[in-house]
Amino acid sequence: MAISRNEVEKVALLARLSLSPDELHAMTRQLGDILGYVDQLSQLDTEHVEPMAHALDVTNCFREDRAQPSLDRELALANAPRRDEECYLVPAVLGEL
Amino acid sequence: MHLTDHSATDLLALLNSGQVKAVEVCQAYLARIERRDRAVKAFLQVNAAAALARAEQIDRRRREKQPLGPLAGLPVALKDVLCTEGELTTCGSRMLESFRPPYDATVVARLKAADAVLIGKTNMDEFAMGGSNENSAFFPTHNPWDLDRVPGGSSGGSAACVAARMAPLAVGSDTGGSIRCPAGLCGISGMKPTYGRVSRYGLVAFASSLDQIGPFGQTAEDCALLLEVLAGHDPKDSTSIDRPVPKYSQTIRQPLQGLRLGLVREHFGDGLDGDVESSVREAVRVYQSLGATVREVSLPHSNYAVATYYIIAPCEASSNLARYDGVHYGYRSGISPLPLGEGQGVRATRIWTVAANHPHPNPLPKGEETDRADNALVQMYRRSRAEGFGAEVKRRIMLGTYALSAGYYEAYYQKALKVRRLIRQDFDRAFEEVDLIVGPVTPTPAFKLGERIDDPLAMYLFDLYTVGANLTGIPGMSIPCGFSAAGLPIGLHLQAPPFEEERLLRGAYMFQQATDWHTKKPELEEEN
Repeated sequence: MAISRNEVEKVALLARLSLSPDELHAMTRQLGDILGYVDQLSQLDTEHVEPMAHALDVTNCFREDRAQPSLDRELALANAPRRDEECYLVPAVLGEL
Repeated sequence: MHLTDHSATDLLALLNSGQVKAVEVCQAYLARIERRDRAVKAFLQVNAAAALARAEQIDRRRREKQPLGPLAGLPVALKDVLCTEGELTTCGSRMLESFRPPYDATVVARLKAADAVLIGKTNMDEFAMGGSNENSAFFPTHNPWDLDRVPGGSSGGSAACVAARMAPLAVGSDTGGSIRCPAGLCGISGMKPTYGRVSRYGLVAFASSLDQIGPFGQTAEDCALLLEVLAGHDPKDSTSIDRPVPKYSQTIRQPLQGLRLGLVREHFGDGLDGDVESSVREAVRVYQSLGATVREVSLPHSNYAVATYYIIAPCEASSNLARYDGVHYGYRSGISPLPLGEGQGVRATRIWTVAANHPHPNPLPKGEETDRADNALVQMYRRSRAEGFGAEVKRRIMLGTYALSAGYYEAYYQKALKVRRLIRQDFDRAFEEVDLIVGPVTPTPAFKLGERIDDPLAMYLFDLYTVGANLTGIPGMSIPCGFSAAGLPIGLHLQAPPFEEERLLRGAYMFQQATDWHTKKPELEEEN
């Protein structure tokens, strides 16, 4: 199944990636190859088959609703690329820059 | 016999009886790494000082007759996908090049409590995506049996370091064959346990319904020793199963009476290398000579396993990897780490600097839709991810995002989940007739570096025999069963029903009592 260059660009935005023209070209071809391969699943009749999301039957696990010590703020911020004393810093998203 | 040639089991006996000290063992492995890892490049980091300090502490505690853990003094290498508190955990990616986790993965905490000596972090395909280790953002690892060839992946560094005797034990993770394939290509033993057997807390997530941590060792016995420490319930991983962990290392010597082996008809078709097929068939004859009966079984949907896997795994990956946003941790465009000095697997501490007016190498595509959604924050995400991720990771994120997007979800993801059930039903039926399924672990021995790097689909098809165990959750193991005409190791794949790791290990041990493939080691140049 082929995928168009335009579709690949849209998916890149959804995936929060940006692709160079070369990457876009290679990605369009490679995704087309892979989608062509996985398309063989459509040969199978699965109308009455339940989807299996997990390998084992897992049920919800609950624990008592009791506060426990959590990650210290300094530790949580320690790996942040940009931060101040108490927050992660991101580019401005409201108003003019 | 050199210290580093011993199996982990023998080494542990030497340590426990006081014939060798943990410091001597640690020094012997560090010396081996120093000499061999220039060529093999299995390690991303070697924590020599910390390992020696730990070994000294264990020796002192032994002298003082204090209680010691079950792996006391044994060096263990960790795939760099496992979080180690305060220590670099890169996942083979530029994205996490400077990441120091604030906590230990549960398996790391368990290894520390078992008094293992954590010797270093091993190379891997970026975010565990790949089958050759060539997707590491730093450098490829080489197969110790032939340095021009790949060690397999994604846990290639862990497999290569055990094969080259640079560590007696190593930990890996297996999402589609990432422990079993490199174990096979490097001629060592490695196991993917049942999904839920080992806690995934602190394992950097790739595909959460498929990922499982497991052991590498020279022998099945060594894997048993390590699995016993890794396995067990963990309240921090709600998918880890609360059932007792058998004493694998104690039951492993009991042979399996009346063992029924199944050979999968579909696994002996086109694409299977002749040397691999004859080694596997010879291995089956060995089992027959030990009293096993063999019958052919069918997994009718096995030819759909790779297609199913390469929908489900990228879908889960695209969701899991959404967390790398350049905000909380990891790489952010425009803020770059200083370039590193050339180290021999030992990397220096990184210092972050803010690069002013960092120019963007790939300008974002222009278009109406793009313009609307692309505010400064989204552009920062896109640039950070474009620069921080390598080609294979981007490919899988793209594939997963596409397959989960509106209009395609039913045709791809939902469809794959249904076929996943059909594949599981195939295995359940086969295990009504047989105790273990045996076959090849990879279709060919190790291929050459660079040979498949531009053909992702060919690379994916290499996982043909292993992805089934991940999709279905069952345990699988690879053990050495011969060599190709070119002298490359060949792996035998054993698979068992869920939670039958004990059966798998006992079956592997039987084979290793009757053969000596697991004792073969690569001759690296420094020895000549």
